Amino acid sequence: MSTLKSFLRHPTGMIGLIVLLAVVLLAVTAPWLFPDDPWDMVGAPFQPPFSEGLWLGSDMLGRDVAAGIAHGARISLIIGVISTLTSLVIGVTIGATAGYFGGKVDEVMMRITELFQTIPGFILAILLVATIGPKISNIIFAIGIVSWPPLARLTRAEFMRLRGREFVQAAVCQGQRPLTVVLRRILPNAISPIIVTGSLAVASAILIESALSFMGLGDPNLMSWGFMIGAARTVIRQAWWMSVFPGLAILLTVLAINLVGEGLNDTLNPRISRKR
Amino acid sequence: MNRREFAKLLGLSATALSGVPLGIARATGQTRGGTLNTIIQPEPPILVTAINQQQPTLTVGGKLYESLLRYDFDLKPIPGLAKSWEVSPDGLTYTFKLFPNITFHDGKPLTSEDVIFTMTKVLMETHARGRVTFARIAKAEAPDPLTVIFTLKSPFAPFLTSLDCTTAPILPKHIYEGTDYRKNPANAQAIGCGPFKLKEWVKGSHIHFVRHEGYHRPGEPYLDEIIYRAIPDGASRTVAVEQGKVQLTQWGDIEFFEVPRLSKLPNYEVSTKGYEFFAPHQWIELNNRIKPMDDKRFRQAVMHAIDRKAMLQRIYFGLGKLATGPISSKTRFYDKNVKTYDYSVDKAKALLDEMGLKPGPDGKRVTLRYLISPVSEANTRAAEFLRQSLGRVGIDLQLQTTDIAGWAQKFADWDYDMTANLVYQFGDPALGVARTYISSNIKKGILFSNTAGYSNPEVDRLFEEAAVATSDDKRQELYSQVQRILVEDVPVVWTFEQDYPNFIDKRLKNVLSTAIGVHETFGAVSFG
Repeated sequence: MSTLKSFLRHPTGMIGLIVLLAVVLLAVTAPWLFPDDPWDMVGAPFQPPFSEGLWLGSDMLGRDVAAGIAHGARISLIIGVISTLTSLVIGVTIGATAGYFGGKVDEVMMRITELFQTIPGFILAILLVATIGPKISNIIFAIGIVSWPPLARLTRAEFMRLRGREFVQAAVCQGQRPLTVVLRRILPNAISPIIVTGSLAVASAILIESALSFMGLGDPNLMSWGFMIGAARTVIRQAWWMSVFPGLAILLTVLAINLVGEGLNDTLNPRISRKR
Repeated sequence: MNRREFAKLLGLSATALSGVPLGIARATGQTRGGTLNTIIQPEPPILVTAINQQQPTLTVGGKLYESLLRYDFDLKPIPGLAKSWEVSPDGLTYTFKLFPNITFHDGKPLTSEDVIFTMTKVLMETHARGRVTFARIAKAEAPDPLTVIFTLKSPFAPFLTSLDCTTAPILPKHIYEGTDYRKNPANAQAIGCGPFKLKEWVKGSHIHFVRHEGYHRPGEPYLDEIIYRAIPDGASRTVAVEQGKVQLTQWGDIEFFEVPRLSKLPNYEVSTKGYEFFAPHQWIELNNRIKPMDDKRFRQAVMHAIDRKAMLQRIYFGLGKLATGPISSKTRFYDKNVKTYDYSVDKAKALLDEMGLKPGPDGKRVTLRYLISPVSEANTRAAEFLRQSLGRVGIDLQLQTTDIAGWAQKFADWDYDMTANLVYQFGDPALGVARTYISSNIKKGILFSNTAGYSNPEVDRLFEEAAVATSDDKRQELYSQVQRILVEDVPVVWTFEQDYPNFIDKRLKNVLSTAIGVHETFGAVSFG
């Protein structure tokens, strides 16, 4: 409760939260705000913003840019959240195992993690999507695969810090099974930095998805912000609005998530929040 | 005044005196001199058109190599190296008389021996498209240095349409005889008999042609130099046009979406002529082997469901014409009196209902894959357009993306439901049209064969008879019949006759004078 109160008093965190909630609201209400398929060619092509019925103009085929942004918000958020959950599952499992058991297990797991860390994440994502095909499930999988290493290292560090503590030792002495110790004793105490990093990972997942779609590696059957910019890139000299508005949408969403992450960091970190 | 200033002054006064830019002088109604700067993309691997027939090679090599005939915009033959020709009444013997005094770039004369050597030896080995036609030559004779007589095994009317410089460029026998044509060191010099010869080729930068002084046509060439600049980036090509750095563009040099904007430039004329020989024909390929596309009513419904006029305007910026059937209106033996398919969602739905393909609870009648051909951005937009169009009649398209190699392989191996295709017609239905529909050309693994798998014995027979018929009237009758059958059956969904914009500097004359347009020799091209 006190954490919530202190977050509410965090100015930039609150701004981020408000913007993010607005994006979520847009995503949720998209089917009512823009009941038509966002791919439908509803108007004349190349209509500038504020033309008849098109607040943000139309694209080169006459599709409503505003509808694209609203429906794209759904895709961006879904991909951001689910791929982050994927990377959380992978990263926390590996980090927790390595940190809890230490020794040889740690060695092996960290070498594997380093292997992934040395490959540039975005390049690996491109490679994966190009190989297994651009479907939404594959894109989520690819983003999850490239974004778990920092989470694994963070979790491992937290586990190594906590596993020597008395309450953990006590639990072990009482004969609790390792899984119980990990899930019930250590993880709750290590969760705050993981939540913070995870929230920032949502932002980077949205960016990776946009970049993939921009390069034409998005799911061709789903309207997404990156796709809108990628498709409009070639006509930017004639029609700035086709790429600027989805670009702003990405900017605002990613910024908002980052602000929320910062706010969470400040409120969840006992050393900083106590100063307030 | 130092040397540089003096040179500048000299240059200035020269321009002031001549009164025309580029320091060119007038002669015989057309202006002599000047340098034509243009674009080539991608850069060709070699300049010898007899050996490599990729588009850039043909564009550039057309200035170096000539052939027996040229073709006007209606694909009627006009003199090339041959000043006259005769076809025997039985359609078997073709006699060509060459212009006198034709010389190669190395100064040696071109004779009937060179023509026979190239067409019966070199092209048979190196020219996949030419080989099919020239294999029909039973006997080639050269009674004198200026006469060539070809006797065919059986009549084949398109023979006379296959003698342009992209199909039958003449090579010097004295250089190539007895050598490995592809590895001949002389390929680097690219010695032909065209009005221009190679001066320098700086790979990755430009190809520089200069006048062939011994060119046989009086007065030609008018230009002093032609420089083909390799500009791989589309935006840079646009800038080159905007700044007037190039005086000519061809094919896809300027992306479609830039055309409306650049057309407003005052110093260029935009023309889409000069592609009549190729007549690029666009369609949506439906895999006829897969249900429900094996039913002609389904294919007709697709034809009705697409607003092709809107598609042409929105995606190709109006650069094209709606196709009415298998033969392009630019190609010979086109017949416009065929069944027409107007845009009508109701007619499409009625046809689908009639064949028993009822919509399910979600409104979808059938779900099919659409393989996006990744050759251009426009193809991706077209795919999105089609998905919306077909979605309205209950045909659900799932778009699939892949790279070019992947597309070519899947398409050639019949591993697709629908995809887009663009095929050249090469001046005669027997050469460029029949291959898509005849059952003998259903060949797995080969692109631009009968990939849809359409098979109709009547169509096979008509195409075969039309290819060997000797009178044009008879051929027209047969091709009209075949067009009516195909348009009724809709083996593929024809969309557009694709146009390509040539941006031409308004000072340039005679750039597009034949059916192969920018591939022509450019001997008659001049500034003013």
